[in-house]
Amino acid sequence: MAIISKLNKISDTVWEIPADYKEGMRVPARIYATEKLLAEMDEGVVDQVTNVATLPGIQKYALCMPDGHWGYGFPIGGVAAMDERSGVISPGGIGFDINCGMRLVLTNLSYDEIKEYLKELVDRLFQRVPAGVGGSGFVKLSQDEFRTVVEKGSQWCIENGYGWEEDLERTEEFGRVEGADATKISQKAVDRGYRQIGTLGSGNHYLEIQVARPENIFDPALAKALGLNIPDQVVVMFHCGSRGFGHQVATDYLQTFLKVMEPKYAIKVLDRELACAPFLSPEGQNYFAAMKCAINMSFANRQVILHRVREVFSEVLRKDPLDLGMHQVYDVAHNTAKQEMHNIEGRPKRLLVHRKGATRAFGPGAQELPEVYRQTGQPVIIGGSMETGSYLLTGVNSAEQTFFSTAHGSGRTMSRQKAKKMFHGKTLQHDMERRGIYVRTASWAGLAEEAGPAYKNIDEVVEATEAAGISKRVARFVPVGNIKG
Amino acid sequence: MPFEYIDGIAIADVAFKAWGQTLEEMFIAAADATISVMVEDLETIERRQDREIEISSFAVDMLLFNLLQEIIFFKDAEQLLLRIEKVAVTSNDAQYVAKATARGEPIDPGRHEMIVDVKAVTLHRFKVEQTRRGWEAFVILDV
Repeated sequence: MAIISKLNKISDTVWEIPADYKEGMRVPARIYATEKLLAEMDEGVVDQVTNVATLPGIQKYALCMPDGHWGYGFPIGGVAAMDERSGVISPGGIGFDINCGMRLVLTNLSYDEIKEYLKELVDRLFQRVPAGVGGSGFVKLSQDEFRTVVEKGSQWCIENGYGWEEDLERTEEFGRVEGADATKISQKAVDRGYRQIGTLGSGNHYLEIQVARPENIFDPALAKALGLNIPDQVVVMFHCGSRGFGHQVATDYLQTFLKVMEPKYAIKVLDRELACAPFLSPEGQNYFAAMKCAINMSFANRQVILHRVREVFSEVLRKDPLDLGMHQVYDVAHNTAKQEMHNIEGRPKRLLVHRKGATRAFGPGAQELPEVYRQTGQPVIIGGSMETGSYLLTGVNSAEQTFFSTAHGSGRTMSRQKAKKMFHGKTLQHDMERRGIYVRTASWAGLAEEAGPAYKNIDEVVEATEAAGISKRVARFVPVGNIKG
Repeated sequence: MPFEYIDGIAIADVAFKAWGQTLEEMFIAAADATISVMVEDLETIERRQDREIEISSFAVDMLLFNLLQEIIFFKDAEQLLLRIEKVAVTSNDAQYVAKATARGEPIDPGRHEMIVDVKAVTLHRFKVEQTRRGWEAFVILDV
């Protein structure tokens, strides 16, 4: 980044852009990154994070996480906490793929035990979990049933046999965020989404079989507490979101906000993608209730996919999923706005925290966490590129500085067009297979776009979050099987 | 093709420029650019089904936004890959209206090499402008 000289170094991993950098900034902006990661960030990040700092009601700092990159509206990796009374809610601070997120599932198997079944597992998962552009899922719902699902989230899934009761407490918001109101979503959003429960989607969405090698366990006690207790343990991780439903909800309200923002509320923004409305306005509250439907739809989507994953493992390995130890570790949301209590100048205050391509990461003792993770802190699941690896971390209490937020992935450094020119899908698949990663994909070109070198180094991103004190490394996983949307 | 993808902007997403001598030509090019992100070869889309699209907006740029959004909507709601065959834009004092005929067919993984879903049209740097040569749009799609 050419403008590194304009940033004030606060520490080795925190860089500040003062509030006088741009007219209208209400607070300074802070980028969390090592000098190396910062140098690799595109200049769009600085422009966008400082635009965010101009939004009404923003508290303390507009933030960007170490995997940050140039997005639309907020940067990807952007975090902003708004005062509930004076602040705004912005779809551009959440993203179109509302509650795009990660889920991590354990097995009690070692890599040696599944090695001979790996191809069968991946092939069958590829058949049974629909992936790719558009796509319809295996859960057949009427539009009315879909409206119930978006209000009840994972809870609907458990009631209908798609999962275990314990999955709920191991999901952010217990798999159902309160206040979702299906009367606030459009018919178009329902039309787009009601056939897509149980689909991965495309782009950077995937489902992976991974292995925790002993040399990649950073904190053995925490790893054990989170269920990683055998050498070369096999886990399953997947990444997907609210599909066309969430995309439409965001699009609908982006247009609503554009119409009222200036004429009705006299709010001016520096990028139309930051269109917003006061959180407590009718438009703001309607979007909040609709956005919660998309959060729940996404939890339900990942819940039924988990059910499918358990079925496939059970069929291939001829054992009950419980006997295979297929407990969910956790499910985290990336693109959300949530009401949370945070300390502002020593006093607890209710804020609306926007996280766009960022993960909530509560430390030990947080009331929002289930009993099972009260001691460890919240599990944080960070997915890397399909060729490199992914991480399990936990939240720490020093993350108060980022409203308990941390990174969400490795972050792209190469455009899709460029990646497609540099890599060839089929060749990449063969190369990866030689390196012990068996890949099935819905799209060869899509596979090429997701090649490892198109992303930042995940190890550096995760190390930066630990050095900054916003999350703590527990384990690194290497992929052995991958289904690419 | 009267469109071009632009590197180095919002790199996780896709930016493009589309142009035409008339507003209508530019709209058709922008719709093709959007579908081209999702399917490798536009020529593999056969014209088997029609959809009539009528949209309106207070501004010409939002008219394009709405049109592209319709194309994306049909991809999820009906699994349809659509190309705009013809479009007519009219305006009165209050608003612009576009009436379009879109033709295409359902996604068939056997014949269509699919690439990546377009999730939405973003408004980041979104621009429609009249130039000396006609009309031009700059669009970033969320993928």
